[in-house]
Amino acid sequence: MNRNTRSMARNGFRKHSLALALAAGFTTALAAGAAQAATWDVTITNLTNGNHFTPLLVTAHDSDTHLFQVGMPASLPIEHMAECGHLDPLFLTPEVGAADADTIDNPATGLLAPGTSTSAMLVTTETHLSIVAMVLPTNDAFLGLESQYIPSEAGTYTYYVNAYDAGTEANDEMLMTAGECAYTDSGMIPGAPGMDAGMNGTGVATADSNTMIHVHRGVLGDQDETGGTSDLNSTIHRWQNPVAKITVVVTP
Amino acid sequence: MRFFTNNTPSSTHLPQKRLPSYLAIAAISAGLLALSACGDSNDDDDNNSHNDATYDITVYNLTNNQPLTPLGIVVHGSAYMPWKLGEPVSTGLEMLAEAGDTTNFLNEANADAAVVTSASSNNGPFGPGSSETVSITVDHSASLQLTVASMLANTNDAFTGVRNWSIGGLAVGDSASTMARVYDAGTEANSETAVSMPGPAAMGEGFNITRDDDLVDRLTIHSGVVTADDGLMTSALDESHRWLGQAAKIVVMRTQ
Repeated sequence: MNRNTRSMARNGFRKHSLALALAAGFTTALAAGAAQAATWDVTITNLTNGNHFTPLLVTAHDSDTHLFQVGMPASLPIEHMAECGHLDPLFLTPEVGAADADTIDNPATGLLAPGTSTSAMLVTTETHLSIVAMVLPTNDAFLGLESQYIPSEAGTYTYYVNAYDAGTEANDEMLMTAGECAYTDSGMIPGAPGMDAGMNGTGVATADSNTMIHVHRGVLGDQDETGGTSDLNSTIHRWQNPVAKITVVVTP
Repeated sequence: MRFFTNNTPSSTHLPQKRLPSYLAIAAISAGLLALSACGDSNDDDDNNSHNDATYDITVYNLTNNQPLTPLGIVVHGSAYMPWKLGEPVSTGLEMLAEAGDTTNFLNEANADAAVVTSASSNNGPFGPGSSETVSITVDHSASLQLTVASMLANTNDAFTGVRNWSIGGLAVGDSASTMARVYDAGTEANSETAVSMPGPAAMGEGFNITRDDDLVDRLTIHSGVVTADDGLMTSALDESHRWLGQAAKIVVMRTQ
């Protein structure tokens, strides 16, 4: 759940329509004020026990733009990101475009380890924020802040983010031992950066029952480092939601 | 309905005379919808039609392998309280959580003075990756609230939903969205055995008023299913039936 703790408390629910009174007011103000750029200092914290995040994409956009939508199919660029951590295909989409003042590529310059944070500064005239990165080691789990409205008023806004299953690859929980990651339905886990995974797992799941983007059911893992069904460790690699904390400091 | 009426091998162990429960529910739901349509007929008078508000309520199934049973939907004022964490659930909600049967849950709602209208989706259960939409028209009031409940079919007594969600502030064309957590009704032990769960993974018994009522008998946040893949060898479930926290996204759009 993407929870704006301020507006949730006030409204009791999250609105995401352009017609939202607040957004409409903000848009009108922007039009009248000729688009004053705001600064968003975005901090992403990895809340998991034993999962790394691949390079993060942090991008501002308008209310009509969606990098992904929970309950809908994953696009091919999202599949690349969720299965292999590759961001290049997303930068080729009109929704994201090239890295610039309000589209930040890989602020952590690599993996974001459990318990650590990274920050990105965006200068933007936009109203909404999306953040994605793959969760390792998994087949196709990704953390996702989905088109979150960011208020224009100065303040600090906090959101908690779920791990989603892209629905594009079976969660076999088998680790690649050689070769390059590719986005194939029969793909494997591209890496376990904590160097704490096992090997020779026979495979947990052979297919996704839900092929839309959905709330990830978590990994199973086992305690057999050289066999069993999973190459993951059940006492290290499981998580509960939320997996990430996003803090946005808005300076108008 | 396709999830529950398949003639799978396991279903042959059931008593032959037991009706597929969803046939009955669909019929009853249709009846309820017809009734509420009659009850609302005054709202369609030309004199006050400008006060009508129509809400399209869509529930997306975000689980990996849990069919969601037909939606129990109630539009109401703030005095209606369908469930409360830490307290026993009503018999109607027990029936919804154990068998996916909305009938008594909605009957209880309709007996509450704060309830404006209620409805059930009538297309049977809907699976992972699917969604279900119900459209409801009521007299608009700024204080309108929405409650939605649906069972996770491959469980003993888990349900997802939202209660007392304020929708009266939505203007025409507005939509609101929320993620729905999973509750444990506390009315049935989470044995995960084939005989005790109605969904396609088990095809067992749904509602049983006397079963395990004194075991917990209070509403909690569900701790999830254990499954045979994680060591509960008597479980009819496997790892695909697990979930983390939230099971559905609920979107309300006001169209009128």
